[in-house]
Formats: sequence, structure tokens, C-alpha cells
Amino acid sequence: MNTEVFNKQAANVLVWLLLLAMPYWLPAIGGYIELGTRVVVLGLAAMALNLLLGYTGVLSFGHAAYFGLGAYGAGMTVRYLVPSTGLGLLVGTVVGAVAGAIIGPMIIRLRGVYFAMVTIAFAQVFYFIAFRWSTVTGGDDGLTGWTRQPLHLGFTTIDILHNPTAFYYLVFVVFAVAIAIMAWLLRSPFGRTLLAIRENERRARFLGIPVDQHIWISWTISCAFASLAGALYAYVNNFVDPRALYWTQSGDFVIMAVLGGMRSFWGPLIGAAIFVTLQDYVSSQTENWMSFVGLFFVLVVLFFPRGILGMIRRKVAS
Amino acid sequence: MSLLKVENLSKHFGSLIAVDTVSMTVEPGELRAVIGPNGAGKTTFFNMISGFLTQTSGKIVFDGEDISDLSPARRVWRGIARTFQITEVFPELSVRENLRIAVETASGLRLSPWLSAERDKEIRARIDELLGMGGLSGKANRLVGEMSHGDQRACEIMMALALKPRLLLLDEPTAGMGDQETYDITQLIRRLHRDEKLTIVLIEHDMRVVFHLADRILVLAEGKMLAEGTPQEIASNEAVQAAYLGKAAA
Repeated sequence: MNTEVFNKQAANVLVWLLLLAMPYWLPAIGGYIELGTRVVVLGLAAMALNLLLGYTGVLSFGHAAYFGLGAYGAGMTVRYLVPSTGLGLLVGTVVGAVAGAIIGPMIIRLRGVYFAMVTIAFAQVFYFIAFRWSTVTGGDDGLTGWTRQPLHLGFTTIDILHNPTAFYYLVFVVFAVAIAIMAWLLRSPFGRTLLAIRENERRARFLGIPVDQHIWISWTISCAFASLAGALYAYVNNFVDPRALYWTQSGDFVIMAVLGGMRSFWGPLIGAAIFVTLQDYVSSQTENWMSFVGLFFVLVVLFFPRGILGMIRRKVAS
Repeated sequence: MSLLKVENLSKHFGSLIAVDTVSMTVEPGELRAVIGPNGAGKTTFFNMISGFLTQTSGKIVFDGEDISDLSPARRVWRGIARTFQITEVFPELSVRENLRIAVETASGLRLSPWLSAERDKEIRARIDELLGMGGLSGKANRLVGEMSHGDQRACEIMMALALKPRLLLLDEPTAGMGDQETYDITQLIRRLHRDEKLTIVLIEHDMRVVFHLADRILVLAEGKMLAEGTPQEIASNEAVQAAYLGKAAA
């Protein structure tokens, strides 16, 4: 085994071990379990975005739309239809994925800044619907009057509402399955066509890859996982409000991906960890926490254009 | 039957007529060169054949089928592969990965979410074969973006070849290369033509290369067809000489 492969495997094992043991080490260093849960959920959304951004080379600035649709899908299912955690996750994911699949053909011919602008525009449409349709969505006050439901596994029932560790492990399992699927896809022939599009769209086209079709598939998969993260996010808060659909939320995902390193598989998760932790600690000191996160982001982009993880990888390689 | 039949192909960019009713017929196994002074419309002509640009008028028939309105990808599926004047590769991937994408796509695996061990073995074997043919075996794991211009070009030609094309279009394969690199690429094209019996159409500025390789030559000037014939006929054609010396063709 050469060193590069070894380092990659070692990094994978390390990340999985850290995630698996999170409820044990995080409180010991002054954190708390809910913080870890938020990192994993937002990390999943950022990694979903990165399937498109880092591995297909397409910048979406409107992923909050699908994240928010997932959140409302899950919240409204539990609130209005069936008090089932599993069904909420499923409905949230399907709603976001279907919305992405339908919007996809209207935008996949666009490139660069035009693509980004139109994705923002679609996200804002959903934001205003959630904001205005208050009889159903709760409008600006958010969707309240519900909580995440106990998890029925047949042989036992787990209370994920009052037991943060149990809830963390539910999130972790969902995250692990989603990440395994994404990693699998990226290592497949289909995944390599996405890299081809990122690297050189013209060459990809003249190898016989119908680029628009492949971007549409990548986009839809990315939207599906972003919605799954959104559904989990609704459970994290026991609440959904229109800010989950707002364009600044989309920007946060892009910041997480770039901060951590969009050319690294785990980069966006690292970015989410830094973002959420900074948000948590700095916002307890000052209301202007976003300016500190912004400053940190600017410094990272200036000095480590490949993100925090990209910088670490370069250090390890040399 | 002719493999490629281009009939009265024209391309207008606003009031500029880049290509003006050019026709060309290429037989299977032929190596055809397209030459002409700068701005003659050679690359535009090529871009229409490969589907990169849409013609204003005229028709392209490939193997008996009218392909004038097909997308680039569909033309590739029918067997037309091309390279570009400015090398188009995947710079941040290794030579092996570049070729792998081409081989997998050519094997109909572009949408496949998995690859059986058996299939993977076939693909590896094909990649090794292409690496050997392009003289890239020793550089398989280098990033393409970090290689010399000549090696990048060889990699690009091998990617086109991975598609098992029936027609290979090469746009100035030796552009910007030193003597040794030009020689190597010329030898490579010659091998593909002689040994693999590939039908090739190439645009070329280097006349040594053209006269060394081509079976027939098409000369374009100011978007129009100036002459067509064997290298000997073209060399002794007065209109061609006039065009190349910068005089008015008339």
C-alpha cells in the first residue's frame, strides 16, 4: 500500500471513530452532545452540496431550498399526518428530491454565475411561500406544536426526544448511510464522469458524455441528501421556520464547503464543525458573531485556498 | 460507401462568412489533411463536423446517416472522436484516470454506479494497451496538467482513441511543439493510420507533416474551397502557392 492510500484510509478511520465516539469525548472537552448533532446534520448538508460544488464543479447558491423543503416535509408530516420519525425523514427527503428533479431541467443548461443566481431565485420562491402561507407553515413564527417522536424499532422503542445521546446515534446512522452512498457513487464510473465535467466540460462532452444529463443527476442526488439533512435539522430543533429556506442558509453551506476544503471528501464536514462551533461560542460572547466567522473565512480563503483540510493534506503529503 | 460526406457546408457569424459552401468526401481508411492560411475557416469547418458548432446551411452525412443536427455526444456514440487545437484533457487527474474515463464511457458505463471486478480488469487491460500505444506507460500516474505539451497531446489522442472511433478528427496535432515532439506525434498518427487502419482527418500547419502523412489534401482559403487533390497535385497547384505566398488567389 502506498503512503497516499494509507493516509486516506487512516483519515477515514479517524473521522468515523471520532464521530462514533462523539457523545463521549465532546462533553469532556467542554462541548455538549447537541452541538455535535448539529455539526453532523449541517455537515451532511454541506457534503451534499459538495457533491455538486467540489465533485461536479457546479456552484449552487440555493441549496437551502431543498434543505428547507426537507425540514418542512418532515415537520409537517409529524405535525399533520403521522407521528413517525422514519416517515418524516422519508417524506422530507422525497419532497426535496422531487423538487430538485423538477427544477433541474430548467437550470442545468446555465453555467457559473447564472446557475448560482437562478438557484437563489428558486430558493427565494420557496422561502416566500413558507413565509406567507402561515395557516399551514406557521409563517414567520415557524412550524410549532410538534416534537420528534420516539423511534419504534419493533422489538424496542427508543426515546430520542429526552435522550440526546440516543438522538445523536440516530442522526449518526442516517449520516453514515448517506455518506456511504455518496462515497460509493463518487468511486463509480458515473462518479468519474462528474469529475470529468468538473475538470473539463468540453472534453467530457467530446468523450460522449451528455453533460447536461449528468449534471441533472448529480444535482438531484445532491438535493436529495440536502433534504435529508433538512429533515434531520427539523428534528434537531423540534421546529422549522422559513430561515431554513433563506438564501443566507444557502450561503452558509457554501462557506462550510469552501472553509473545510471542497476538493476533499471530508472537507465540508470539517467546515461545518468549525462554522457551528464558532457560531456557538462567539455568539455567546457577541451578537456580531457573523463578522468573526466572516473574517475567519476570508483568512482561510486568502491563505489556504484549498480549505482547512486541503492545507492539512498538503502538510501531511510534504 | 464513403465514410464521411460533407455537402455545401457553410457557417456565418453575423455578416462574416467563416466557411462558404465547402464539400468534402472521405473514404474509409483515408488520411485527409485540411490546410489553409490563418483564418481560412479550417477549425470552424472541423467544429461543424464534430457538432461543436451548428452549421448555417449544408449537410453532414456519416456512414450514410445525416448527422447534421445531432449533439456532440451523439456524434461520439456514432464513432466520431476529436482532439482540439488547444489540448483538452482533465488536468488535475492522472493519465490513467483520464484514460479510464474515456474507456468507461466508451464501454457504455457512464451511468453505472458500480463496476464488477471482471469488467474492471478488462478496463485496466485496455488502459494499459492505450498507455503503451501512446508511449505513456512510464507516466501513467503523473497528473496530466504537469506533463509536457507533447505528452498531454499524446494523452488527448489516446483518449480519443479509447472511444474506438471510426473517424478521428485531429485539430493541429503538432501545434506549438518542438521538432522531437512533432516527430513523435507524426509517427504516432502514422501508426494509427497504417496499423490500426483508422480514418483520420487532420488540420495541420506544418507542411512537412502534411506531405508526409496525407493521402489527400483539401485546401481552404477565406472560407472557400481552393483546391483538393493528392499531395503532389497540391504542391504544384498555382492557386495554392499564391494563397500561401499572400498574393490574391486570382
